[in-house]
Amino acid sequence: MTQISQRPLRVLAAMSGGVDSAVAAARAAEAGHDVTGVHLALSANPQSFRTGARGCCTIEDSRDARRAADVIGIPFYVWDLAERFREDVVDDFVAEYEAGRTPNPCLRCNEKIKFAALLDKALALGFDAVCTGHYATVVLREDGTREMHRASDMAKDQSYVLGVLDEKQLAHAMFPLGDTLTTKDEIRAEAERRGLAVAKKPDSHDICFIADGDTQGFLAGRLGGPAEGDIVDEAGTKVGTHEGAFGFTIGQRKGLRIGHPAPDGKPRYVLDISPVNNTVTVGPVEALDVTALTAIKPRWCGTAPSGPGTYTAQLRAHGGETEVTAELVDGTLHVSFAEPVRGVAPGQAVVLYDGTRVVGSATIATTVRREKAAAAG
Amino acid sequence: MAYLDHAATTPMLPEAIAAMTAQLAVTGNASSLHAAGRRARRTVEESRETLADALGARPSEVVLTSGGTEADNLAVKGLYWARRDADPRRTRLLASPVEHHAVLDAVDWLATHEGATVEYLPVDRYGRVHPDALREAILRDPDDIAMITVMWANNEIGTIMPIRELAEVAREFDIPMHADAVQAFGQLEVDFARSGLAAMTVSAHKIGGPFGIGALLLGRDFTPVPVLHGGGQERQVRSGTLDVPAVAAFAVAGRLADDGREDFAREVGALRDELAAAVLRAVPDAILGGDPAPGGRLPANAHFSFPGCEGDSLLLLLDAQGIACSTGSACTAGIAQPSHVLLATGTDPDLARGTLRFSLGHTSTAEDVAEVARAIAPAVERARTAGLS
Repeated sequence: MTQISQRPLRVLAAMSGGVDSAVAAARAAEAGHDVTGVHLALSANPQSFRTGARGCCTIEDSRDARRAADVIGIPFYVWDLAERFREDVVDDFVAEYEAGRTPNPCLRCNEKIKFAALLDKALALGFDAVCTGHYATVVLREDGTREMHRASDMAKDQSYVLGVLDEKQLAHAMFPLGDTLTTKDEIRAEAERRGLAVAKKPDSHDICFIADGDTQGFLAGRLGGPAEGDIVDEAGTKVGTHEGAFGFTIGQRKGLRIGHPAPDGKPRYVLDISPVNNTVTVGPVEALDVTALTAIKPRWCGTAPSGPGTYTAQLRAHGGETEVTAELVDGTLHVSFAEPVRGVAPGQAVVLYDGTRVVGSATIATTVRREKAAAAG
Repeated sequence: MAYLDHAATTPMLPEAIAAMTAQLAVTGNASSLHAAGRRARRTVEESRETLADALGARPSEVVLTSGGTEADNLAVKGLYWARRDADPRRTRLLASPVEHHAVLDAVDWLATHEGATVEYLPVDRYGRVHPDALREAILRDPDDIAMITVMWANNEIGTIMPIRELAEVAREFDIPMHADAVQAFGQLEVDFARSGLAAMTVSAHKIGGPFGIGALLLGRDFTPVPVLHGGGQERQVRSGTLDVPAVAAFAVAGRLADDGREDFAREVGALRDELAAAVLRAVPDAILGGDPAPGGRLPANAHFSFPGCEGDSLLLLLDAQGIACSTGSACTAGIAQPSHVLLATGTDPDLARGTLRFSLGHTSTAEDVAEVARAIAPAVERARTAGLS
């Protein structure tokens, strides 16, 4: 039940130019697989994107990935998936914000690009698997089926953004870093030991296709400039103005720029975003408490559970775990929380776990607030 | 292992390696006045004479550069500036649309930064510029043209241009014409004096010489504005200390390329014909790029389009089997773009994405061809499954 198959496979390693994917490719090669590196060109015009070392689509990143592949001693190519990326990730990202939801583009990229467009092409060209630098563990069961589990190191676990993968995709996924019980510093030390120059490269944090990290500005550019609208409280009273409802996130506190304090003097948070009338609703932190949600487009790793079940759920990247009861009714996932949770944003994924095992993932559509017990979002 | 990318670079000839390594151990700057300098200068000037002889030029017409890209930039920018300085009306630049990027991007740069109006000459389906088309373009206003640049033979599809006829038209109007002859040298007769050109680019590493050295053949009546300023070497046109070992090796390779040209064209041409036939037999719907007439294309070039395939996929699959070829020119490799050469010839953009260029050279063997013959059909089949992403 090791993560990397013992049988030598033809592996296509997606290499972003960062340290994780470089070490992952090196480990796959060291394990005896026949590895080929590929860097995905995700922008039709790479130079227009960020020039620093933090993104994933600059010419510099492509060069770093190529250098790493040379050091590992594997062939390396650049594949242009810019068109697919724009359609499936960037346009989706913009449309989701436009609809008042908060998308996770990394998740979408895994679902539609790395383990769909890229994997399909890899399989057609005779590769057996796609290898990435994600932190998650794939376990091969005795019956030949596969399970995805959280990474051995919970702090680095990325199973949340991989929860959308179904079993077929998982069967061709390889995450050589998943069972690493080491810190990022140790991964960097390993890269250094392997002679990989990306050892000291800073981590990427932001959205790779937003050059300067200014999501609001990016959205304004796509959605046609700032459109001033009202910020209202729960009673509907205007408390301020904003420059476009898109770009706000449920639970956001900073950047509201409401001049005067709330009557109770407590901070206010974004409770609701209504793109139709360009209104952002704010309120006290307690009003963010959610007791239940519904989620659509469920993807199951294995068979869909029948009947209600008890799971732990993760509601955003790097979020904690919470106890839930979930049931699939007519294709919609209904999730109730044992204890109210805060800051649940439609558009994000709810990923269900059984212990460390990923059961499935779905996109949050509506939430039920504690006080009002009414659907929102 | 079948290396079939000689148009990207070809192995150095042993004689050129010997000449280069011998000179690496010799001290002397060819511009110095003392004995060591004189010795270096003698090596340079003898090499220049050898190159001039191989290229049908006078020694003073050989301006040594760091390679083909620099020579192209010097010709295009330098002649543009010189001609415009002499008469400010001359801002029109005529170029073929199938040029190497060293010309194309220099021309574009002049358009964006120096007020040049670039006019791309029409080409036929093989990428060839016809003299009548050039005449027609000139006649629109013979007085506003700064210079003309048309490559001698295309690096991707191998089409040979009627350079002498084109140069004759240019001379009729007293307009300087440059030709990038990087791919032609060693495969075709490129006699500078007979060509009627004002300037011509050649490069060493395409003919068995070292990297980092090339030349602009430059008629004595032309003084381009320099791109590199400094010590005034090379007729004050190209400053910089000469790389004596590279110059010596370039001359040896140039001599051998010229002496062996006819044998090369015959032998390598025969292998190329075998390769083309084998590929078309294995993949009947493959399309041979460029001029199918043997006299109309470089003898070492075979270019194909494979409908429904991504050139990148084919390259990966062949590379995995030890076959080295190219999807287009190495300089555009990286992010897949349909080749500007194929688009200029009117090729469908989807078809233009499924191309491979095999270029043969002095180390090519029948076994190289046999390897391609064995590998190509399964690779195409697999690449078709992967499709066009």
